[in-house]
Amino acid sequence: MGSKPRLMGYRRENGTMGIRNHVIILPLDDLSNAAAEAVAKVIPGTLALPHAFGRLQFGADLQLTFDTLIGTGMNANVAAVVVIGIEPKWTQRVADGIAKTGKPVAAFSIEGKGDLQVIQEASRVAAMFLQDASGLVREEAEIGDMIMSIKCGESDTTSGLGSCPTTSQAVDRWVEAGGTVFFGETSELTGGEHLIAERCIDAATRDLFQETYDNYIKVIESTGANLLGSQPTQGNIAGGLTTIEEKALGNIAKTGSVPVIGVLKPAEAPDPKKKGLYFMDSSSAAAECVTLMAAGGAVIHLFPTGQGNVIGNPIIPVLKLTANIKTAKSMTEHMDLDVSGLLRYEYDLTKAGDMMMDVIYKTVNGRLCTAEVMGHREFTFTKLYISA
Amino acid sequence: MAITPPQFLLHHDGDNVAVAMTDLEPGTLHGRSVKEGTESTAVLNHAIPLGHKFALADLADGDPIIKYGIKVGLASAAIKKGDYIHTHNMRSYRWEASRA
Repeated sequence: MGSKPRLMGYRRENGTMGIRNHVIILPLDDLSNAAAEAVAKVIPGTLALPHAFGRLQFGADLQLTFDTLIGTGMNANVAAVVVIGIEPKWTQRVADGIAKTGKPVAAFSIEGKGDLQVIQEASRVAAMFLQDASGLVREEAEIGDMIMSIKCGESDTTSGLGSCPTTSQAVDRWVEAGGTVFFGETSELTGGEHLIAERCIDAATRDLFQETYDNYIKVIESTGANLLGSQPTQGNIAGGLTTIEEKALGNIAKTGSVPVIGVLKPAEAPDPKKKGLYFMDSSSAAAECVTLMAAGGAVIHLFPTGQGNVIGNPIIPVLKLTANIKTAKSMTEHMDLDVSGLLRYEYDLTKAGDMMMDVIYKTVNGRLCTAEVMGHREFTFTKLYISA
Repeated sequence: MAITPPQFLLHHDGDNVAVAMTDLEPGTLHGRSVKEGTESTAVLNHAIPLGHKFALADLADGDPIIKYGIKVGLASAAIKKGDYIHTHNMRSYRWEASRA
């Protein structure tokens, strides 16, 4: 265990490496969900990604929706994309953004045609895309070709003691092997943000990190709300976590020990030539965060949990690990790795890291994670403010 | 590394709170610090579930609560060594509005 097998992935037209081979039917907006879901029913094997937004947004909030949609389509786990929108202009904008990767993309709009005609036209193209994608063959992949993301959820005190340190092992090993890792959860660094600032590789990165953090907290504090029960969540509190600071230190315990080499905006892709650990400005809500990280190019996600989060993502495997023995026993169908033995001193952290890498390698090579098996496909947009 | 599973863990020597590793009843318990590996015993005054915390020292209202060697909150009431610690007697010092 822990020895690295040959890794095999899908090399995309622009050189990125995916570990899944999805043909997605991507609605531009909420109104197009029905047609997108119908296409995925007509052509089983394609995957519709319904979501709640895309209309009457403006400014930075609209831009983030475009970045999320385009980034999702560009992700290396996606072989081809059918975009369906209510009107042609924004639909085409998303299709054009994705087409820069060189992968097959087609755009359809509903106004003037209606759902039924669009479903027929889009299904013909989806059928062709699916058949072509099925003919793609996995090639040898290096860790340096792939982006991993990390984010924890329904954390408890066992997260900071077991599942997060185990994730740290994987982060350090992934980066040392030449790979890239995203972490985020901006508000959830509160009380330990100085530890991340100290790990920034240079002054410019440190300043950008601090500014990003400060801006997020300003928005939260401007509400004047009592956050107890929201951050930390009721689940966190049930698991024994009392304050945001205590939760944050557990969160940070999963980020490894390598330097932070860059700060990304939500859904932003890093410079592919600069590999290492990146901080992505993001919500700490599980599905929002993983959706943004996948849009930034992550192809696999590690998700330490304490009380038992069940999250998945439509296009990237979300691997869940726990050090809470009760969760490991009561929620087996959602857990990919039980590291509770670490807290009983049955093995050490290096061994737990080996166990984690073993699961990662199998998942890279095509073994489904529990979230994929259970059909968890949360695709959730981050909304910055009200729509017009 | 076959050792008896600890009943409580603290992150660093010097932390003034420990975490229950199973559902615990009041009494004398054995534990360890994760970082340094120091073994210790402590007396717990209340029954607490897995993952919940208790005090390793007497604390006055407003005293810092130290975990991971770092301040993670403040006592919001007087706390005796061995007492259960959670939202009823501990609060955030960063988010002032976050009080139970």
